[in-house]
Amino acid sequence: MPHDHHDNDHLSPSGHPYRADDDTDLSYWQTMEIAVRELLVEKGITTSAEIAGQIETMDARTPSNGAQVVARAWTDPDFHAALIQDASAATRDMGFDIGPLKLIAVENTDDIHNMIVCTLCSCYPRNLLGLPPDWYKSRAYRSRTVREPRSVLAEFGVTLPESTKVRVHDSTADMRYIVIPKRPQETDNMTQAELAALVTRDSMVGTGLAKTP
Amino acid sequence: MLDPKNPARRWHDMGGDTAGPIPDLETPDENHDFSLWEKRVDALMIIGAAKGYFTVDGLRRVLEDMGEDAFEKMTYYERWIASINQNLIEGGAYTTSDLAEKMAAISARGETYGDASSQS
Repeated sequence: MPHDHHDNDHLSPSGHPYRADDDTDLSYWQTMEIAVRELLVEKGITTSAEIAGQIETMDARTPSNGAQVVARAWTDPDFHAALIQDASAATRDMGFDIGPLKLIAVENTDDIHNMIVCTLCSCYPRNLLGLPPDWYKSRAYRSRTVREPRSVLAEFGVTLPESTKVRVHDSTADMRYIVIPKRPQETDNMTQAELAALVTRDSMVGTGLAKTP
Repeated sequence: MLDPKNPARRWHDMGGDTAGPIPDLETPDENHDFSLWEKRVDALMIIGAAKGYFTVDGLRRVLEDMGEDAFEKMTYYERWIASINQNLIEGGAYTTSDLAEKMAAISARGETYGDASSQS
């Protein structure tokens, strides 16, 4: 790639520093990545621009997208109903690229707390939240969340009343979940944008709660 | 590892197993950024699938066939590029000799990822 030595290379397109391993010795698997990428371009299957564009698209997907969906669901009853009915369609209508995924929104209430996991691999609502955090893909999270969700929650600093029912949803490649966290109290007069700022990534995975203002 | 109570259950089907603490929780809600080569692997998966060379099921078949050892020893995107490559070869995008030739040429370009991924 002609721009690999450009001065801005220490920052990624999303404005964060790259992880240090970019400057370590070239690994076998990095060599394979370069080879696959160059072969696909040489064979006319893709272009460098298409690859760069896909990276930009993925970088632009962040939890703030999901937060907008949640804030709207908290404030707009018609949208809330549509989201519960068919989250793929409702979020597509908001302009998000959901692809062919079946997306299901599960809502936390006073009585029910939802969590999402992918026990088999790493399926995650990436079209709305971006790439999953490392812990989501870890053996510990994948194994234990369906067995002892409350002790997993405790590691995230979340303790729920014994009376709250915890529901764990196991995602698949074609079916993903997003949690609508419970709207915090004393937020009645807040705008959608202010509410969205309270919605964290972890609250939409169910390992956290929405922030209180 | 074979589950004696359910031999049909494969290693990747880990829901319900016991395990240690959830790792990397020092900064909940913070994401590290992925490195460029990892983002490129992710992009190659999306593009390879979009062009019809494989499906997410094909990606996972190879990941699961790699076994538990690979899960422990390789990073997430290392496993992914191995699977993407396997799927692309099976799908006829290029041959194993194309790959071998290309990887040798890349290794000769330099010592670091940055050096090796710049084509002059």
